[in-house]
Amino acid sequence: MSATEIVPSTETMYRPRTAGRKAGNAFFRGLVLVLGLLAVAPFFIIMYHVVVNGAGAINWAFLTQLPRPVGESGGGMVNSIIGTLLIIALSVLLSVPFGILAGVYLSENKRGTLSSATRLMVNVLQSIPSIVIGIVMYSWIVVPIRSFTALAGGIALAVMMLPIVIKSSEEVLNLVPSGLKEGALALGVPYHTTILRMILPSSLGGILSGVMLAIARIAGETAPLLFTAFGNPYLNVNVLKPVDAIPLMIYNYAKSPYESWLKMAWGASLVLIVIIFLLNIAVRSRRERL
Amino acid sequence: MRAEKIFRRTLSGTSYVVMLLVAGLFVTLVVGAWPSIAEFKLNFLFNTVWDPVKGNFGAATFIVGTLMTSFLALVISVPFSLAIALMLGEYYRFGLFSRIVRIFVDLLASVPSVVYGLWGIAVLVPAVRGIESHIGVTPYGVGMFTAAIILAIMILPYSASIAIEVIKLVPDDLRSAGFAVGATRREMILNVVFPFARSGIFAGVLLSLGRALGETMAVTLVIGNVMQLPKTIFSPGNTLASVIASQFTEASGSLHLAAMIELALVLFVITTIINAISHQIIIRIGGEAPA
Repeated sequence: MSATEIVPSTETMYRPRTAGRKAGNAFFRGLVLVLGLLAVAPFFIIMYHVVVNGAGAINWAFLTQLPRPVGESGGGMVNSIIGTLLIIALSVLLSVPFGILAGVYLSENKRGTLSSATRLMVNVLQSIPSIVIGIVMYSWIVVPIRSFTALAGGIALAVMMLPIVIKSSEEVLNLVPSGLKEGALALGVPYHTTILRMILPSSLGGILSGVMLAIARIAGETAPLLFTAFGNPYLNVNVLKPVDAIPLMIYNYAKSPYESWLKMAWGASLVLIVIIFLLNIAVRSRRERL
Repeated sequence: MRAEKIFRRTLSGTSYVVMLLVAGLFVTLVVGAWPSIAEFKLNFLFNTVWDPVKGNFGAATFIVGTLMTSFLALVISVPFSLAIALMLGEYYRFGLFSRIVRIFVDLLASVPSVVYGLWGIAVLVPAVRGIESHIGVTPYGVGMFTAAIILAIMILPYSASIAIEVIKLVPDDLRSAGFAVGATRREMILNVVFPFARSGIFAGVLLSLGRALGETMAVTLVIGNVMQLPKTIFSPGNTLASVIASQFTEASGSLHLAAMIELALVLFVITTIINAISHQIIIRIGGEAPA
């Protein structure tokens, strides 16, 4: 009697449910594909609006003229373009040589208290919200000088670039075969000559990619510039005066109630996105060649 | 010999400079915020009043705004980022399709925050206003919900790219073993891939949370800049970052300025803790922290 009681229950347990499982599998795959493709859809929607609204605003005058007061039509963004170039040049100058040296140190000292502490700090630095860096640079540079300056903006972006440059340099240098260094040292070449003349040149391409990536990341940063570079409707190349930058211009125009200014914000967005995408694509094609 | 010594000192010197820099950022915030810290003590974190006229400042309104937008953004973005991760880490690991989608995910991450903000103002806010008047809540358009949608789009590439990597790290032996006992792809993913990759996926989600908490420009443009505790997810409000961005330059008086700086300090501490946890998890499972 007991055996006949057990048999039906095992039958229900092991009854093949292939059809249901197959359907579940197909449904799951469909769900993954639909959600996955929906997730990249915003990219196309945003690009569509930027291109449609921005393309009409861009012409030679837009790229070469200064902005005009409200009410006057026309006007351009040359002050922001020059300002962005100036700020980026400053931040590259300040962060790249230092960042590469720090990358060399970390790659040369893979273990050790100092290097792991430094790696931790680099991660902390990278996680600090950009607006917080803006606030600190305001108290470090803007308050003592008593003026918003391009220099303060450049330093703020340099702090943001630094962790990216350090990490990418370290990674690239780790890929250099240790035999290269050992060979040079065995021949009696001094340590600094080995590093500066052999190791760094052999990984220059990779380091350069890292720098370009870092520039692409900071070129669109607005928050650190709000209280440092501040913005300026006139053309300025003096590092001790406030300058405008493309993202600052977009922010200020995006807040404005005027239709014509909103259009200029779209135009400036298109210019900024084209610059950033070109940098990204350049890095990507370099990586794939390496 | 001397040149060599100088060179070695310079190299290790860079380490000290990095540490000094981070310590300097922190100390500057503490010193700048000190009048406010001394005045309000811990109550600063729980006080919902922000009154420059009476000199009474509390961060609770903005902390609630920050947590609300960020967690809402996570809830929206996690299903999509898991789907992308399974698509590129499991179903289509190689080939043209996966490379192209991957490029778009990376490009999504490289769109500047302020451009998301402009798009938010011009496209998303009117759309949300339409939804709001349809479902019968006050149609502000701007507010927590709008900010959360923008944030969800912005942080998706961060959690997705880490999830792709950890799903690829799942050993193929385990996958084969799953198939060998007769599991379908779905069963294999749910019972083999997810348990194995769980902590890494979680770390990626935390990392994207860190991004959401500190995100400034896009949120500032669409959140409404209102100094009131949000009542629903459709209320306008402010986050820690957005209130700093829109009101820091208007700070009048030293206590007001110090309170502003203390908001930045609170933001710094929260994001640093969240990121430290996620980096620890990533290091423990042997993955690469993203550059």
